[in-house]
Amino acid sequence: MTEAAIVPLLSVRKLTKLFGTFAANNGIDLEIMPGEIHALLGENGAGKSTLVKMLFGVLSPTSGEIVWNGTPVSISSPGEARKLGIGMVFQHFSLFEALTVAENIALSLDDNVPLSKVAEEAAALSRQYGLPLDPSAHVADLSVGERQRIEIVRALLQNPRLIILDEPTSVLTPQEADKLFETLDKLRAEGRSVLYISHRLEEVQRICDRATVLRHGKVTGACDPKSETPSSLARMMVGADVASVERDQSVAIGAVKLETRNLTVAARTPFAVSLKGISLSVRAGEVLAIAGVAGNGQGELFDALSGEFPQADANAVLLNGVPAGTLGINRRRLLGASFVPEERHGHAAVPALSLSENLLLARSQSDRAAFLSGGPLGLIRQGTLSDATKRISAEMDVRKASIDPPAGSLSGGNLQKFIVGRELDRQPSVLIVNQPTWGVDAGAASRIRQALVDLARSGSAVIVISQDLDEIFEVASQIAVISEGRLSAPYPAGEMTMEKIGLLMGGMHDGSNHPEAAHAH
Amino acid sequence: MIFEAILLTIITASTPLVIASLGELVTERAGVLNLGVEGMMIMGAVGAFAVAQMTGSPYIGVIAGIVSGAVFSLLFGFLTLTLVANQVATGLALTILGLGASGMLGESFVGIPGIKLPAIAIPLLSDIPFIGPILFKQDIAFYLSIALVLGINWFLFRTRAGLKLRAIGDSHGSAHALGINVIRTRYLAVMFGGACAGLAGAQLSLIYTPQWVENMSAGRGWIALALVVFASWRPWRVLIGGYLFGAVGIAQLHAQIIGQEFGIAIPAQFLSMLPYVATVVVLVLISQNRRTTLINTPASLGKPFVPDR
Repeated sequence: MTEAAIVPLLSVRKLTKLFGTFAANNGIDLEIMPGEIHALLGENGAGKSTLVKMLFGVLSPTSGEIVWNGTPVSISSPGEARKLGIGMVFQHFSLFEALTVAENIALSLDDNVPLSKVAEEAAALSRQYGLPLDPSAHVADLSVGERQRIEIVRALLQNPRLIILDEPTSVLTPQEADKLFETLDKLRAEGRSVLYISHRLEEVQRICDRATVLRHGKVTGACDPKSETPSSLARMMVGADVASVERDQSVAIGAVKLETRNLTVAARTPFAVSLKGISLSVRAGEVLAIAGVAGNGQGELFDALSGEFPQADANAVLLNGVPAGTLGINRRRLLGASFVPEERHGHAAVPALSLSENLLLARSQSDRAAFLSGGPLGLIRQGTLSDATKRISAEMDVRKASIDPPAGSLSGGNLQKFIVGRELDRQPSVLIVNQPTWGVDAGAASRIRQALVDLARSGSAVIVISQDLDEIFEVASQIAVISEGRLSAPYPAGEMTMEKIGLLMGGMHDGSNHPEAAHAH
Repeated sequence: MIFEAILLTIITASTPLVIASLGELVTERAGVLNLGVEGMMIMGAVGAFAVAQMTGSPYIGVIAGIVSGAVFSLLFGFLTLTLVANQVATGLALTILGLGASGMLGESFVGIPGIKLPAIAIPLLSDIPFIGPILFKQDIAFYLSIALVLGINWFLFRTRAGLKLRAIGDSHGSAHALGINVIRTRYLAVMFGGACAGLAGAQLSLIYTPQWVENMSAGRGWIALALVVFASWRPWRVLIGGYLFGAVGIAQLHAQIIGQEFGIAIPAQFLSMLPYVATVVVLVLISQNRRTTLINTPASLGKPFVPDR
């Protein structure tokens, strides 16, 4: 068969979607061949979701053409997309937690499939693709990986010819991701096509046959990812070379700034993770990165370190040598520590309040003298406050529509830059950050990471809790892994490998001492 | 037989609780919290009584009661589902409005002797000694209450429409994304709840005490609401809980006699408190861990749904 004889399964021509005057997609061309895994690469806001929503019938295109198997089609609902043979696995699962696996699957099938048959079919299919599932289990009891399997099985039950996966590995361990890739290989071997949306370059290079890169709603490249380098792919995604974080290897390592001694915290709620004897120490000039899969105690560790939930033992946490275990957040801040929690809205910032008000809220206790005048009322020094807001915005390149907008009106990346900047502005001697660049675009992420590294270079101790392994390798001088509330020993960043992190994430804390363990899976 | 008489009173007292509660259960399973049960019930009671008087047929009265409750609940549906008003506030307003409006509508019926719905003896079964007269020589409302338990249980857990309704109650956003019509289903669920409350009200004014008295629902709507939680949104448990709550209500009427019989004085107020205490205990038990909460309570209960967001 010659190249020309193969009809693309899906081709998209000059597809455009306008929201008002803003072109979320601008003349997109895309071709997906039968039996290929096609990557759709792009940063947050590049237009990937818009494109996919149009392919799945959630949004209707402003102009342009979608050709399915050689025939122009208009897809006006997810139901029609499914009828054509397009299945979709969403990034944020649309599952019903109170219902069983079988019931969840039944809901997305045609009304004429009897409920009693769904469980059997789902079980058979999940075995066939190596996605073990118990149809009678309640979704509430399942892990994120298992939930994703439901979504995949749900899509497969429609017998689709094209499956769209939206950022599927963002919630998986490296091992779970490997399983997923095996499943994708099986799908490809059956002649099905996969549209794989991601911003993880290594993954795309590893499993995808071709890639289309989007930036600002336009196609900026179509290539074979295996013949590209990560940096050439990144260039297509970002438009310019992403500033890689500069690290000065000769940073002077100073005294211990933060130390925990056998920090043990019982689970506060039945669904929280207990912390089991965590001992760590961070010196001036160091960035300790704590890797781990979501829900292994990262939030609890952050709460314990920040003093949101103080400990009974004062010596469990030492800040600059001072026992701080029993102190609350503001007392710890007064000892020179700063904290950036994971949730931007409602934890790190009050969305309805302006940036300056958020700044004041965070620092009104720890930097009282700077922002409040004396006296019982504590009048706000408006001039100082607005100067500080301007200074932070300029320093961190916070892009906003007005001088002092509500925090909730900023994009995730810009708000995060402001929050990190707000803490850096204090020049803290210890900074603890949880998921610093979650949901943040690449430009802002690189700005934030650089700021963290710079802070350490200036003689502070920094702890970064993150699920993003690329980020961890970029900023860390030491790497430890948290798993089920236990923290591994720290390893110098140079000695850490992806595989070792993966094993530690699975709770194999002695991985380094037993080389054979690395081959166990 | 005194024991048989007591059982019969308990059944009559429990039936309206079970019926109203089953209706609210379906409404809440769809994710809508309608606190207006008391108001819908009393509207059903006055509607049923009035139409029975005018037509002379208590059965047409029962149908009128059901229709009154359903139509009245439509007001709630329109405010909370179409106009997206706060469900708690709207439900409370519905109760207050229902109590007031029914008093006004029923003014001319006060003191008029009502028409009692006759009991229907089921052939053969009603001849069984002891249980025959108790279970099979009952009025239509009792039979309907049992049929509702069976029917709702079957509907919710055995049919696709019931599955969709539960899915909406669990996560209306996801249900909408799957193409399920959230608003329409919720309208139907709200109206079903209203119809059941209306039927319960008809039972009050045509069977329990066949006359019209202002405020005759006497807080039963609130007990029915508590009962849904007590039953953790399961139809069979509504039946069991309804009879427990009904029995407590009867015991409360005879608190003094019971006190004399057993030599312990239980204040009537203590007994009237029991259903609510039991409900709080169940709520605490359900909230013990995330899993039982997730699996038992409709997660989107009381949350407003706006489709295009």
